[in-house]
Amino acid sequence: MRYAETGYNLEVDLSRGNVERVETDSDLAELYLGGLGTNAKILWERVPADVDPFSPENLLIFGTGLLCGTPAPSANRTIITSYSPQTKLMAFSMMGGFWAPELKYAGYDKLIIKGKSPKLVYLWIKDDKVEIRDASHLKGKGAVETSEIILKELDEPKAQVAAIGMAGENRVFFASIEQGRSSASRGGLGAVMGSKGLKAVVVRGSKDVNIANPEETIKLCSDVFDYIEYRERHPIKGVPPILAGIGSPQEMAVHDEQWHTTNFAWGNARVRRKDFWTPEVEKKWTFSMESVRERFVSCYNCPMKCGATINIPDLNPYMMKCYSKLTYTMASFTDLDAGLRMAQRGTEYGVDAFSAPQVMAFALELYEDGILTDKDFPGMPEDSEGRFNWLLDRIVRREGIGDILADGTYWAAQRIGKGAEKYAHNNIKKHEQLPLKLGMLNPIYFLMYCTGEKINITQIEGNFPQAPFPKREQREEFVKDWPQVPDEKFKKYFLDWEPRGENSIPHYPTIEATCEIVDWQERMHYIDDSTGMCSGLSAFPLKPPYHMHNLPKLISAITGFELDEEGLVKIARRNRTLVRAVNIRRGMRRGDEKPPEDHWKRRFPELEEKLLDAYYEFKGWNKEGIPKKETLEELSLDYVIEDFLQRGILADSEDEST
Amino acid sequence: MTAKKKTKIIKTIKVDVDLCNGCRTCELICSAFHAVPRYSSNNPERSRIRVIRDPLRGVFIPVYAGQYTPAECTGRDKYIIDGKEYDECAFCRASCPSRGLFKEPDSGLPLKCDMCESDPSLAEPMCVQWCLPDALTYEEREVEVEDEAENEQEDVEIGLESLADKYGWQKILDTVARMSKKD
Ligand code: SF4
Ligand code: SF4
Ligand code: SF4
Repeated sequence: MRYAETGYNLEVDLSRGNVERVETDSDLAELYLGGLGTNAKILWERVPADVDPFSPENLLIFGTGLLCGTPAPSANRTIITSYSPQTKLMAFSMMGGFWAPELKYAGYDKLIIKGKSPKLVYLWIKDDKVEIRDASHLKGKGAVETSEIILKELDEPKAQVAAIGMAGENRVFFASIEQGRSSASRGGLGAVMGSKGLKAVVVRGSKDVNIANPEETIKLCSDVFDYIEYRERHPIKGVPPILAGIGSPQEMAVHDEQWHTTNFAWGNARVRRKDFWTPEVEKKWTFSMESVRERFVSCYNCPMKCGATINIPDLNPYMMKCYSKLTYTMASFTDLDAGLRMAQRGTEYGVDAFSAPQVMAFALELYEDGILTDKDFPGMPEDSEGRFNWLLDRIVRREGIGDILADGTYWAAQRIGKGAEKYAHNNIKKHEQLPLKLGMLNPIYFLMYCTGEKINITQIEGNFPQAPFPKREQREEFVKDWPQVPDEKFKKYFLDWEPRGENSIPHYPTIEATCEIVDWQERMHYIDDSTGMCSGLSAFPLKPPYHMHNLPKLISAITGFELDEEGLVKIARRNRTLVRAVNIRRGMRRGDEKPPEDHWKRRFPELEEKLLDAYYEFKGWNKEGIPKKETLEELSLDYVIEDFLQRGILADSEDEST
Repeated sequence: MTAKKKTKIIKTIKVDVDLCNGCRTCELICSAFHAVPRYSSNNPERSRIRVIRDPLRGVFIPVYAGQYTPAECTGRDKYIIDGKEYDECAFCRASCPSRGLFKEPDSGLPLKCDMCESDPSLAEPMCVQWCLPDALTYEEREVEVEDEAENEQEDVEIGLESLADKYGWQKILDTVARMSKKD
């Protein structure tokens, strides 16, 4: 019997209309867990390195995390993997909600889509019954609207729907896949889905998921719940409210937006408004949020309530989470009311709420500076909200200037020319980032920004505080109750970290400590993305319920295989290295690994080079960031060595790169 | 039947719909608790509590499985509360032929909440223990009641009745006859 896993993948070839249930190798979970790990392996094996993201040959993989559908609290992530049209690298965006557990209950660990349907279709999976159904009546429909129509026509209110909107259909490079209160937004996976002619995937399951050691599992899960309750009663002192609790950032509940609105940049990631947050604004925004927030919503098997249904008069209701609350508002210099209205439109169209507002702010900046002109914006309204709506309407249809902007700021700038490149200033690896512009280089964030392959800082950072606490007593207080550290030394790094003076950024934490801190934070995310755990209870917040000490026990109890901390560290390294290998094979090198140039005012080129050298070395990569032969050997990734040698990416004798 | 009075403990689960976040943890743990061996698997479809979820309309209602009924009601109810319209029969707890709710997915046998009856008994039913948002809370109170037929007997009868509805009495009798011969 298979535990945690169902042992089957569902393979769908949309070109041939073929559906197959394929048994998987039971050894894979012990090597890669599941989710991201096994997704990466499939992508590596089955999609050649030179395949275009929109080619029928490209795969779109919906992988459930290993622990999804088990009693493990908050294990509900679907990890969607493909090649990204925007970065051209591997995209692996996750969505919470209810979809992954439902797929497990239907009897599958993954849904693997290949080919391209000649006409728009949707997929209906009900346990063993799988149908490819016509979706021509859904063409151009919003993502939320689509889900509603499908649930009605199938008369299956309990089914879970992942759908694209018009943006995905028209291959907008930052199109999302929307699913109830969640979405897989980053990397343009919605566009890949659209390129396959797939409007939605609908799942309903009624099978069992098995557990190897039932009593032990339930006990460990109860401990997690106890700790969640403890943390709810003990918010962390000395940090902004948004960082004090657990779960995804509690944007739907928290009204105090001083931190975001005064620290993050407005417009095209340019303008800091340090005095923006006033009692009047707070009062107005609190009222705005409370009058449209219908209800808080959780994901499957999670006691938190990170999402909310937003119901604005005269608009269809939608669900929202996290920082998407503010992205439209801040990019357009409007207010929360306008931002929530624009987000409704963005959700129906199915666009990434990080990239889309920034792309539009970028366009308007080019217009102000005369690089784009009136003839690019015929009939555009005068007001900010009107302009954003006008632009978004054109982007998702790829009409006029919208066609250029639909490729995201990097590619749009290339096409526009005339110096537009300078305006696409907030990207990493061609992908729009959080609008953060800061003073002094932070070595930890420097490495995370450079080397992160999720290409999104919130998906790399987490368990180590973002900034030093001002007073030693505060730091002592913080480390007193910090069982999550994988090693006691991290407490010392934090205790000695000062806001000013010798032990402050950029030279403290030391290069060595920085490498270790970054490695720990990143490792937690790679584990989550393979188990399907919500990072909101694991890799993302300070002092989460899940950590290096209880995760191996839980995975062991549920799956029945032996796993200790060392073993889990190794799996995480293997998965992390395999993702890198996929990207190296697609051409990524050291030169691509840099933060947005203006992310910090004060940069230290020499130190930065040293940091990157040290981190590559720490990870077992060579100077170009390519995993070394011995690293790959140690991780049983011999098939990667073989490929790298063949391509000349690695040389037989030493780790020479091309 | 005797009409003797005796005291009985009424077990109540109070459902505060406003606190429910629609997470379905209660479904998961109920099905795990009733798996054999206990917790060895889970499948919300086997749960004796089901959350009616329509998040876009802000609707989350946990409903407990009540009695099995062989025939559907002749009339239907539809509620509107606070301007929200709920599905037909939304609040009904019956395992009823008109819908798939509260039936074992493979056999179609009716499911009924048994308050996690077990030996030793639990401090609180599992769904209550695992509902951290406190939408479900447990209460016990004593009442005087007329002596009832044994619950177990009642369960057997309900199970049989539903089997008979599905397969006909003759088939049940034949099967029982065949099975008892094997022993
Ligand atoms: S913590 Fe929030 S985002 Fe994470 S699973 Fe729970 S409800 Fe979803
Ligand atoms: S566990 Fe509680 S909050 Fe979650 S769905 Fe059930 S009743 Fe609602
Ligand atoms: S009380 Fe027990 S049997 Fe009844 S619904 Fe809750 S967990 Fe299930």
